[in-house]
Amino acid sequence: MQNQYTDWKQALRSGLLGGAITVLLSLIGIVTAFSNTYIVNKVISFGELLIVGPIAALSLVAIQKARARHPGLLILTAIISGLTSGLVILALAGLGQVINLRAMFLNASNDLYAIYAYKQALVPGLLLRLLVSGLVGALVAGFTLLPGRIKAAISQGLLYVILVGLMGRLIGTVLNTWGFVAILFKWMFVANSLSPIGAIFLFLLTGGLAYWRYGRPKTKQITDPKKQKLVRWGTLGGFGLLLIFLPNILGMWFSEILDNVGLFILMGLGLNIVVGFAGLLDLGYVAFYAIGAYTIGVLTSPELGFFNLTFWQAFPIALIMAFLAGVLLGLPILKMRGDYLAIVTLGFGEIIRILVLSDWLKPWLGGTQGIQRIQRPVVGIGEFSITLQSQQQLYYLILAGIVLVAFVAVRLRDSRLGRTWMALREDEDVAVAMGINHVATKLTAFAMGALFSGIGGTLFAAKIGSIYPSSFQFLVSINILSLIIVGGMGSIPGVFVGALALMGLPELMREFAEYRYLFYGAALVAMMLTKPEGLWPEARHRLEFHEEETPPPEESEAVPESA
Amino acid sequence: MDNILVSKKVTKRFGGLEALGKVDLELKKGAIQSIIGPNGAGKTTFFNCVTGFYTPEEGEILFNGRNITGMSPDRVTHLGISRTYQNIRLFKNMTAIENILVGMHPHLKSWLIGAIIRDPRTVHEEAEALKEAYRLLEYVGLKGRGDMLAKNLPYGEQRRLEIARALASRPKLLLLDEPTAGMNPSETQDMVHFIQRLRDELGITILIIEHQMRVVMSISEKITVLDFGRKIAEGTAKEIQTNPTVIEAYLGRGAASGLGETAAKG
Ligand SMILES: Nc1ncnc2c1ncn2[C@@H]1O[C@H](COP(=O)(O)OP(=O)(O)OP(=O)(O)O)[C@@H](O)[C@H]1O
Ligand SMILES: [Mg+2]
Repeated sequence: MQNQYTDWKQALRSGLLGGAITVLLSLIGIVTAFSNTYIVNKVISFGELLIVGPIAALSLVAIQKARARHPGLLILTAIISGLTSGLVILALAGLGQVINLRAMFLNASNDLYAIYAYKQALVPGLLLRLLVSGLVGALVAGFTLLPGRIKAAISQGLLYVILVGLMGRLIGTVLNTWGFVAILFKWMFVANSLSPIGAIFLFLLTGGLAYWRYGRPKTKQITDPKKQKLVRWGTLGGFGLLLIFLPNILGMWFSEILDNVGLFILMGLGLNIVVGFAGLLDLGYVAFYAIGAYTIGVLTSPELGFFNLTFWQAFPIALIMAFLAGVLLGLPILKMRGDYLAIVTLGFGEIIRILVLSDWLKPWLGGTQGIQRIQRPVVGIGEFSITLQSQQQLYYLILAGIVLVAFVAVRLRDSRLGRTWMALREDEDVAVAMGINHVATKLTAFAMGALFSGIGGTLFAAKIGSIYPSSFQFLVSINILSLIIVGGMGSIPGVFVGALALMGLPELMREFAEYRYLFYGAALVAMMLTKPEGLWPEARHRLEFHEEETPPPEESEAVPESA
Repeated sequence: MDNILVSKKVTKRFGGLEALGKVDLELKKGAIQSIIGPNGAGKTTFFNCVTGFYTPEEGEILFNGRNITGMSPDRVTHLGISRTYQNIRLFKNMTAIENILVGMHPHLKSWLIGAIIRDPRTVHEEAEALKEAYRLLEYVGLKGRGDMLAKNLPYGEQRRLEIARALASRPKLLLLDEPTAGMNPSETQDMVHFIQRLRDELGITILIIEHQMRVVMSISEKITVLDFGRKIAEGTAKEIQTNPTVIEAYLGRGAASGLGETAAKG
């Protein structure tokens, strides 16, 4: 008796929480916003998923926390949880009829209630909603009672349907560049989402795969070192090839995203030296990016007409400028520590942006109007030269930049200089007592970071052809810092993963544009709670107890993946 | 000139507090010598003055006859003094071998360009450094621990690693701040033998701050006693054990540091 009583209380609590989450998502506005973003065309939308998802998740919690073991009781618990959630939703809709919630919550609109009521008349519609909520609970309970193999199949199937459904538009864009292949898949998609038949097919396919794989050992371990080597080089080579053909495979639109992510990787690699290796919190990193871009702009734009250099003539000058700016800023401030350094660099970033914006420098830097008609880079000689103009062409330039910069970063990390940076980061007093000149050491880190950022700036200028002060906001510095933290402080592969996750994913989720930062923030918080060391932490953070006498710490880290 | 280190009337104040008052000390080349004293006597402060962490307000410190008063820590290290810390200060998130390599910093040259292009000289230098670092690691009894993060080493091994790092700069004088703190009797015994080996095999002069009387008495040729920043006694173990002022300083404060008992028995 006692048991059942606590189970019901738990069921009620889960139900309330599930309902509350749904209501919260509704009031934020994403339920309404995505009510027409279909996962399966005309069957289930992302908005509906946002209503049902929390309800299902919390019924699952109720079942897991239940003490009862009898299937009937478990189903009952889940139904109670589901119904409770449904009631919470109904309560919101009901309240909305009585008082004007819109005064406080802009999104508590009739549209929302109509979605709740499946676009039916309010009363029968809402009753249907309640029924569905209870049903969701029952289905979840039924699901948990299934044998493991079928559970695995169902969850995998659902996962793929949801992911592919959400990515429908992107997949469509890619398929469009692949005329003949597109025809093969056309029937699976309707209007940027899965067609019902497509969804069933995908569900059966992926679910069936999971069913088949269940309980089977994973791919066999290769033990022969020769084969291992072969496999390693094979994957590396395959990866390289993939990188080279990526823009052709994915098409124009994706290439643009790849370029953007690539620029962030480039700058992330630089800031990682400053923040990750040397432990200097630099919040004004965007300044060097701006200096790189503007140097190219001023030197090459015929609009300003001062120098009319070509991109490649201006390129080394831009790098020198960025490097020097790093040194000049570094000199006075590197004696500061921690918070002070952060504030001063932040200020520096703003100063550069404001200078660029100012009327005073307008004749040279263009003020708010920025600089247009920046020369594109030309590669090759004589007749065989081409101007890199399309996003696909510029991809290779950026890729080359990344390879170079990543190579330098790896080399620096594994050198005496890298050790010195880390020692300073760990304990400055002791490091100095070991004979390390902290000013020179920090300055080198700062200048190298500035140089990399400058390279990013030049490529950015080449990529968009015109630059405006608004491209060099403080937020850029913060974004780069975030991607480093998410990837794992001081980790070079982490920069790639972080940039893909923080810069790439949101670009892919353009539909979510308005709510981008909401998801972004939620993801960041979730990550800091569950994986504070980052997605791909630096190798030495993973070091555990180790074997006998080891060879030199020549961590062979296959330089960069992806761009 | 067989004094490697001489301090003359060294005084260090923190606000109104006189942490060191006119401390004279002479350290013979090749000796193992100790500084003892109750908590807050100024022992660590003396080390900090010698290694350049603090600049004394008055007095002079000579190293091999050269005035090093107020010199910066890195220059003092270059001259050949290195130290360990009372509360171990390893580079925690670096591996054992990296810690030692950082200690070798003053003897290496490669910098930015070398790091990037890895010219033969840099490669050679790094290889040699690494060999030497592994040798040192083995010397302090940490063979096979090279790739472990410093923070993951057991306490006793961290102390040894800190000594290895200090040795890496090839010092002539080594200052050890309570090297046996927190160790059990057998670990302590090992450490004592190890310190003697350092002097005997490497010819390094050693100055130790130590709390455990058994250690001090067994190891040091000469003992200096500080109390409230002043030198209150100096001499051999025997002389110190029976010195009434010393007993007073320890017992009067009720410090259970063991000197009282030892003295009473001895
Ligand atoms: N940086 C500082 N600022 C202010 N006071 C300090 C500073 N360093 C040391 N002191 C003070 O100087 C006195 C001597 O400290 P010191 O650390 O040298 O003692 P100690 O002999 O090493 O003691 P212990 O046995 O506890 O290590 C203490 O009263 C301490 O509080
Ligand atoms: Mg002390």
